[in-house]
Amino acid sequence: MIPGAFTYHRPKSIDEAAALLTSLGEEARPLAGGHSLIPMMKLRMATPEHLVDLAGIPELKGVCQNGGDIIIGAMTTQAELIASELLAAQVPILRETSLVIADPQIRYCGTLGGNVANGDPGNDMPAVMMTLDARYTIVGEKGRRVIPSREFYQGAYYTALEPGEFLVSVTIPALPDGHGFAYEKMKRKVGDYATAAAAVVLTKKDGVIATCALALTNVGDTALFAEEAAQILIGSRLDAASLARAAAAAEAIAAPATDGRGTAAYRTSIAGVMVARAVRRAFERA
Amino acid sequence: MNDLTPTKEQREARLEGMGCKRKRVEDIRFTQGKGNYVDDIKLPGMLFGDFVRSTYAHARIKRIDTSKAKALPGVRAVLTADDLKPLNLHYMPTLAGDVAAVLADEKVLFQNQEVAFVVADDRYIAADAIELVEVEYEELEPLTNPFKAMDADAPLLREDIKGKMEGAHGPRKHYNHIFNWQVGDREAADDIFASAPVKTKDTYWYHRTHPSPLETCQSLASYDKVTGHLTIYGTFQAPHVVRTVVSMLSGIPESKVHVIAPDIGGGFGNKVGVYPGYVCSIVASIVLGKPVKWVEDRMENLSTTSFARDYHMTTELASTQDGKILGMRCYVLADHGAFDACADPTKWPAGFMNICTGSYGIPVAHLEVDGVYTNKASGGVAYRCSFRVTEAVYAIERAVEVLAQKLGMDSADLRLKNFIRREQFPYKSALGWEYDSGDYHLAMNKAMEAVGYRQLRAEQAEKRAAFQRGETREVMGIGVSFFTEIVGAGPSKNCDILGVGMFDSCEIRIHPTGSAIARMGTKSQGQGHETTYAQIVATELGIPADQIQVEEGNTDTAPYGLGTYGSRSTPVAGAAIAMASRKIRAKMQMIAAHLLEVHHNDLDWDIDGYQVKGLPEKRIGVKEIAWAAYHQPIPNLEPGLEAVNYYDPPNMTYPFGAYFCVMDIDVDTGAAKVRRFYALDDCGTRINPMIIEGQVHGGLTEAFAVAMGQEIRYDAAGNVMGASFMDFFVPTAVETPHWETDFTVTPSPHHPIGAKGVGESPHVGGVPCFSNAVNDALSFCGSVHIDMPHDAWRIWEAAEKLGLHKAA
Repeated sequence: MIPGAFTYHRPKSIDEAAALLTSLGEEARPLAGGHSLIPMMKLRMATPEHLVDLAGIPELKGVCQNGGDIIIGAMTTQAELIASELLAAQVPILRETSLVIADPQIRYCGTLGGNVANGDPGNDMPAVMMTLDARYTIVGEKGRRVIPSREFYQGAYYTALEPGEFLVSVTIPALPDGHGFAYEKMKRKVGDYATAAAAVVLTKKDGVIATCALALTNVGDTALFAEEAAQILIGSRLDAASLARAAAAAEAIAAPATDGRGTAAYRTSIAGVMVARAVRRAFERA
Repeated sequence: MNDLTPTKEQREARLEGMGCKRKRVEDIRFTQGKGNYVDDIKLPGMLFGDFVRSTYAHARIKRIDTSKAKALPGVRAVLTADDLKPLNLHYMPTLAGDVAAVLADEKVLFQNQEVAFVVADDRYIAADAIELVEVEYEELEPLTNPFKAMDADAPLLREDIKGKMEGAHGPRKHYNHIFNWQVGDREAADDIFASAPVKTKDTYWYHRTHPSPLETCQSLASYDKVTGHLTIYGTFQAPHVVRTVVSMLSGIPESKVHVIAPDIGGGFGNKVGVYPGYVCSIVASIVLGKPVKWVEDRMENLSTTSFARDYHMTTELASTQDGKILGMRCYVLADHGAFDACADPTKWPAGFMNICTGSYGIPVAHLEVDGVYTNKASGGVAYRCSFRVTEAVYAIERAVEVLAQKLGMDSADLRLKNFIRREQFPYKSALGWEYDSGDYHLAMNKAMEAVGYRQLRAEQAEKRAAFQRGETREVMGIGVSFFTEIVGAGPSKNCDILGVGMFDSCEIRIHPTGSAIARMGTKSQGQGHETTYAQIVATELGIPADQIQVEEGNTDTAPYGLGTYGSRSTPVAGAAIAMASRKIRAKMQMIAAHLLEVHHNDLDWDIDGYQVKGLPEKRIGVKEIAWAAYHQPIPNLEPGLEAVNYYDPPNMTYPFGAYFCVMDIDVDTGAAKVRRFYALDDCGTRINPMIIEGQVHGGLTEAFAVAMGQEIRYDAAGNVMGASFMDFFVPTAVETPHWETDFTVTPSPHHPIGAKGVGESPHVGGVPCFSNAVNDALSFCGSVHIDMPHDAWRIWEAAEKLGLHKAA
């Protein structure tokens, strides 16, 4: 449980960090909260020669509103997400989700950027970002670019990030007033990854679901955007039959591995249960 | 006497003796981070050791190349089995009469087995160096299923003892067989079963888990080449036994071996045995003449040092139609892993598994245990229990539930019907134990009333009906367990560790000014000995507990003892304290008689001194007596005031208790929520009620962990799964249920202060209680037995098999 030797860098600006990561190439890794990367290094499953710590860059921190958009700096911690009144008012699903990530000690270190950009299918925020249709602002050798969250994830630990690139901020488009939301997570204990989890954001009109976005955590190589399940729900009054069909559609795209959390069959079934419970709760809130 | 003379009550309260909720004195340092653990100890020139471990569960070692590691700057040595062979230390004896590899010799037998030991200037260099040791393996067929261990074509695991068909406990039936152990009257049991009107038979698997103390196993050995003295600091629950074993193996006289167990961060049985890390740090220190430290990391701890349980217990009960139990048969297949390293008294290959008739007057019984080798880590330690007692209690408490279900009888009523009655104690069980004392009916009735047992059953009936009507997806389980433990090993007539009788010891010295030191053969790992032992001395000798220093763990100063495990500290060492105190008190009585100028028979003991019979104002306190013992000649008495006692208990003690658990299970997710847990314990005389409560809380939390998810799992290739705290279930405050505690008091008749031990009871009673709650919850759907661990996915799977998801 002792990592190999590495060189530690602590740039003071985004440009400095981008220059470092570009020049150091594939042997360098950006370090955010460190709660995924450092354990991997202790197990020597990751052996970067350089760590570029982003903690000394003030521009990467904080939550602000720009027009209808909410912009969250990549180095904003989960504890800061929980404490943000702006988020509580505008994007309350972030608070609900942050409260089921790990434990309070980790949430003081763990960051939104690390959670969404690491590409670990066990992370909770990617599914939430997909339901919010969030956009990721990325910086690298060629400057800045923006990638939609729904196109960012390519496989376990594989994302649209090119070597040398890192996440600067997350932009969440304005949510309609009175939207319903929920993040339902089944886990073995505090601190665990999800056995399965579901994020949902929906709106209602005259008792009927008008819009709906659904995504699943930790039942595939990446977070899964459950488009068909959402389509089934749109136009329904959340009767038992359409809810069951939506859950079944979510289960159909789930492909979890058998692990200590349970068999693939169990985890698939739990994905359906989480979808049903999340949708029911979001519907009540909308 | 005047108004300022303290009253009897005030004098008694000042002592903080037995029965007082005295705060734990050791917590002052523990809560401030001022404990002194092995890894806190730093010696000049200290080096660090780390292991190269096996990738495979079963493989032949074709080649080990250490040259690159040795070339790394800062690496001082790399040891392999070939280096240990000339010293005959490549294998070491186990407590169970087997040998275990220190460093793998030609073969590896489990994943993560120790293959080479790297010694370097610091632990970072050591960690880099182990990556540079090249080991070439030839994979062999792994054996992970104990039921296939004795197949004719099973792979041969232990080539080192291939031809040895006589094991430490009798003949071996197969090259992967370790022992066959039988207790009781098989013929009589078979006769009962041939004619009994009601019979049950099920196999309960008590899965493999691990004690997982927060502090892992570690040692620091320092050999002085000039004087020939060897000092070893280590996480040892039994430091004197380590000293004896080290002396026997190394040839260094025991007087030159100094074993020190400093503060220990939890043991739970993990720190009873001797591990390759200890041996390698000692050998490396002797070879290099430098102190060498070895510290396990979490994955090493969980995957190599001492698993617990792994018993497959086929349990049968025979009864009359109205629920009188007539007989019991139990057959156990014990998966011991690669070596038999069970930490049991030497003559007990399956520990005290023959306590499996439980709290019931079962007239006829038979127990048979077969131990086998598999490609898993060795161990079989008593994880917060006396030797295999948790397994035994689990078997009988599940079997009683299954029998009640078959009879259509309430399981609490079935227990009440079959309990050993108060007037039957001392009670000789069919499997050979003499239970010292108990009042099971009193305890059970008190517990049933406290939880409102009948009302709970009524509520459960309503909830079951609602479930069947489709109104709820939740089912309610009521867990009942009634356990009898057997602890305080033990009488040296039948208990020894490598030939050393399982007595324990205490040496007390009263200083001239009246304070005292008590030195013990046991070793606390968090149990609070410094607090409770002082309370026994306080009551026995009338010295305030805060003036009594309790010292353990240094073999140079402590009297020889067998250590702390199996709830033996209070039953054995606690008795030694009382007996040593009484020797001192006898001398104090002679001194007091001299000082008061009366015959010693004319004196009465009075809390903290002696008084002349009938003349309460004519008295002398312990302080004055102590001063006199050192400062004036007393005719016919030696100066000084001290005593030693080595206590060889006449019998074990038999704590017992009644536990109830109320659980709600979500059948769609398998998630189980403990709504209520009530634990009534009878541990005899209660020395410190607050420490008892703390022990019960801790033991129940571990029981909850084990029953509800904690396991060491292997895949078919012998890969150990989930050996980290990410997967290995250790509950946090969030998952831990609220505990209600209660008690009755039935003092042990043979123990000087009547105490029985309590630290392990909640674990022993708790595990079957949780499991019975889960099983009870689903029994109305036709389920008979669901194996532990009861994590959500397994409960869900059981519900799936019962067809409970179809209606969802």
